[in-house]
Amino acid sequence: MAIKKLMINPAWCKGCGICAEFCPKNVLEIQREKIRIVDIESCIGCGLCELRCPDYAIWLEEKEEKEEK
Amino acid sequence: MPSKLVEKTFRMENLPHIWCPGCGHGILMRDVAQAIENCNLDPEKVVIVSGIGCSSRAAGYMNFNTLHTAHGRAIAFATGIKMANPELTVIVITGDGDCTAIGGNHLIHACRRNIDITVVVFNNNIYGMTGGQYSPTTPTGEKGTTAPYGNIDNVFDITGLAQAAGATYTARGTAYHATQTIKLIENGIKNKGFSLIEGVSVCPTYYGRKNKKGSVVKMMNWQKDNAIDVKKAANMDEKELKGKLIIGEFYNNPSTTGEYTERYDEIIKKLGGDK
Repeated sequence: MAIKKLMINPAWCKGCGICAEFCPKNVLEIQREKIRIVDIESCIGCGLCELRCPDYAIWLEEKEEKEEK
Repeated sequence: MPSKLVEKTFRMENLPHIWCPGCGHGILMRDVAQAIENCNLDPEKVVIVSGIGCSSRAAGYMNFNTLHTAHGRAIAFATGIKMANPELTVIVITGDGDCTAIGGNHLIHACRRNIDITVVVFNNNIYGMTGGQYSPTTPTGEKGTTAPYGNIDNVFDITGLAQAAGATYTARGTAYHATQTIKLIENGIKNKGFSLIEGVSVCPTYYGRKNKKGSVVKMMNWQKDNAIDVKKAANMDEKELKGKLIIGEFYNNPSTTGEYTERYDEIIKKLGGDK
């Protein structure tokens, strides 16, 4: 279950593969020289991909609270 | 619609940047932006100064007061800015060639003065922009366009050089160790005096290709496997440390002689110029 929303901007991705290599849960994969989310259910929202993306093409966003109270 | 940090601290119209796929400079530039954010500085009071080279493109992307200056002269310009208005936080982004070869003299004298400037050196071990010539930090034996049979020069230890010349804060981080590097830059900015942080970058296009280091992922893995914290390195002998990269905070000692602009202000006051 994703705690925060994982966002991708494919236009900025240069396909270096750093995020996919160091993702502790193998959420990401390079497909046709662009990053793709392959297993969002495993994402723990650690933010390592965002920290190490040289092109700012991947980041975490706070999830908007939709649940009613 | 990128992350909040990128939207706030970068010039969106200039992104994506022109650095090569996998270039570590992008990571280090984000580290600098994050460190400035963590220090809660007013963007109007922050000046980013850069020289020439791959690293120095950063000044064009960062949304602060920026100055892209002549080759090697970033620290000289930064000294002028700090002297004219000591209230400003002056951060220099420079490369290994720009800082230690072309601008080597500016570097050592800025260290000697202990002027309150934070220098972040993006060290990619090569001159990337001009086509892969060897730089003062290209390891001995490694290849460059101008050293096709291997570099015979000894290497500059940038942090050691700065410390010996009088800098009051020196540290080394890497592109891989982003969290630690952000903290080091943050501490450098907070230090009242000359701070130098060496950010070890990766250059897959020139340094990596010329020396058969493999993909950028492999180069990042090298940083992961071979970086040793300075505290841990203190208990290791020379043999164990061979080929390793020591990272962390090397020196943090606010000078007893004081900061340069403060000393200059004292002279101004003494002569009755402070009105």
